[in-house]
Amino acid sequence: MAMKKTFDTFAGPLSRSNPITTQVLGICSALAVTVKMDTALVMSGALIFVLVGSNVIVSALRDLIPSRVRIIVMLTIIATLVIVIDQLLKAYLYDISKQLSIFVGLIITNCIVLGRAEAFALKNSTWESALDGFGNAMGYGLILLLVSAARELFGSGSLLGFQVVPDVLYAENGGWYVNNGLMLLAPGAFIILGLLIWLQRAVNGYTEE
Amino acid sequence: MRSIRKFLDRIEPRFSKGGRWERLFPLYEMVDTVFYVPGTTTAVAPHIRDAVDIKRSMSTVIIALLPALIFGIYNTGYQIDPDAGFLQNMLTGGVAVLPLILVSYIVGGLWELLFAVVRRHEISEGFLVTGLLLPMTLPPDIPLWMVAAGISFGVVIGKEVTGGTGYNVFNPALVARAFIFFAYPGEMTGDPVWSLADDLTAATPLAVAASVQSENAVSLVSEAGYSLKQMFLGLIPGSVGGTSKLAVLVGAIILIATRIANWRIIAGSIAGLVAASLLANMLAPASENTMLSLPPIYHIVMGGFAFGIVFMATDPVSAAQTDRGRWIYGMLIGVLCVMIRVLNQAFVEGVMLSILLGNAFAPMIDYFVLRQNIARRKRAYENQ
Repeated sequence: MAMKKTFDTFAGPLSRSNPITTQVLGICSALAVTVKMDTALVMSGALIFVLVGSNVIVSALRDLIPSRVRIIVMLTIIATLVIVIDQLLKAYLYDISKQLSIFVGLIITNCIVLGRAEAFALKNSTWESALDGFGNAMGYGLILLLVSAARELFGSGSLLGFQVVPDVLYAENGGWYVNNGLMLLAPGAFIILGLLIWLQRAVNGYTEE
Repeated sequence: MRSIRKFLDRIEPRFSKGGRWERLFPLYEMVDTVFYVPGTTTAVAPHIRDAVDIKRSMSTVIIALLPALIFGIYNTGYQIDPDAGFLQNMLTGGVAVLPLILVSYIVGGLWELLFAVVRRHEISEGFLVTGLLLPMTLPPDIPLWMVAAGISFGVVIGKEVTGGTGYNVFNPALVARAFIFFAYPGEMTGDPVWSLADDLTAATPLAVAASVQSENAVSLVSEAGYSLKQMFLGLIPGSVGGTSKLAVLVGAIILIATRIANWRIIAGSIAGLVAASLLANMLAPASENTMLSLPPIYHIVMGGFAFGIVFMATDPVSAAQTDRGRWIYGMLIGVLCVMIRVLNQAFVEGVMLSILLGNAFAPMIDYFVLRQNIARRKRAYENQ
């Protein structure tokens, strides 16, 4: 029983209670950083770090945090972690950090992070909170990965920067294919995200009340 | 005719419940109702005896589209070689245009059938119009696979996602066109796309008017060789179906006479366009923007405005449903069209985006018209 609950804490957010497709949180960054897969992966990595870190710290301090000022305390913890990861990215992955621009810093306002701290970490043990944070961040990352793969494949003809569509197919080389410019625009991400939500609900049999 | 009925009756058991091809019933139903008025009657009042179901009204739209289509085929040939004879032009035009229509119908029809079978509803007749409207709004040399991608997007995202015919917020043909427009801008805008002849770049009148700054738009257009009469008759480069305003006018008369399209929407659009372009004309001397000086009559005959407001803005599903709402909806489209054409240099043509925006606002317009009516009658009742 305990085993199953632990598993659900981790695996639930991957599909059934996915933060993006079910709870519709963190949409803003999901639209902004998914033009290319590498930025999406780095963004997901940053979110895993921040979400696991904040969940663990908040959960460890949960008996010490006065409930009246808990939002401020949680935001301080989250902001600290975000600044740390932002500086790390600037130091070691400068190019990608430049492309991500403001969106790493905006993890502070990502509803998923504060939402999990408030809804889960304040009430559960440190180990479970870590799992919950990891699961939610992975659920976020999974969707980012799928959306960015579709956008990069159709929008630029490549995956992770490697050309997938053969050069000879392109119109400028005498072929017929043209990249889909809509995928490079934010509405492209919206459409892909919508299709993912449709697919997920069709598989899970979920209907809006 | 009787033999068709007999044949349909004979094969019906195989498609109805328990039959071998039960899942393909939508296909049978489609063929049956093309030939015969469906025998179903409404279960509760009101009962109206009328043979004109959606299929018949959609067929009327197809008939109204035919003049523009036939002219479009001729014009496509004419733009390649103006000196060739009528038959020759029809032939070259037909070779270019008919594949677009075929691809649109086949690919879109497959999606339509898939959803009808999976969701167990009838194949919706509106697709007959959507599948023809899309190719008529495209340049004649667009690659066929883009038409296939566009119509797939239009049918699935524009219509089926929200529940199919009758539930779509936007006109599916315009959603399809918008998809192609934003996904493959190189094939949809700019001078080289509007003519089939490879060595010829043909600027549409709208592109000419927007091309040079700080000059008079009217003289620019006439210098390029486009007269008002020419633009009305339609022997100019442009999308397949939208160049001839005369053919569109014939279609409009058919649609209005049969009451398939509501005249208020068309009149409102023209009123909005005239008002907005007159306002723009007044501002013209103070600005560098050439397009501001374009008179209303030019706005009406240039580009796809006429085609759009007659065949797309009047879509009975995505337009406003109240009479006063239709006026407002139409005027909104007219004003937005001028604003996009004149003020946004990135988009030479504005009618597609203005109708889509109009569609988005239509339910809200209806809501306020209804609210206002309720409030008015409530006041009248209280003052009795």
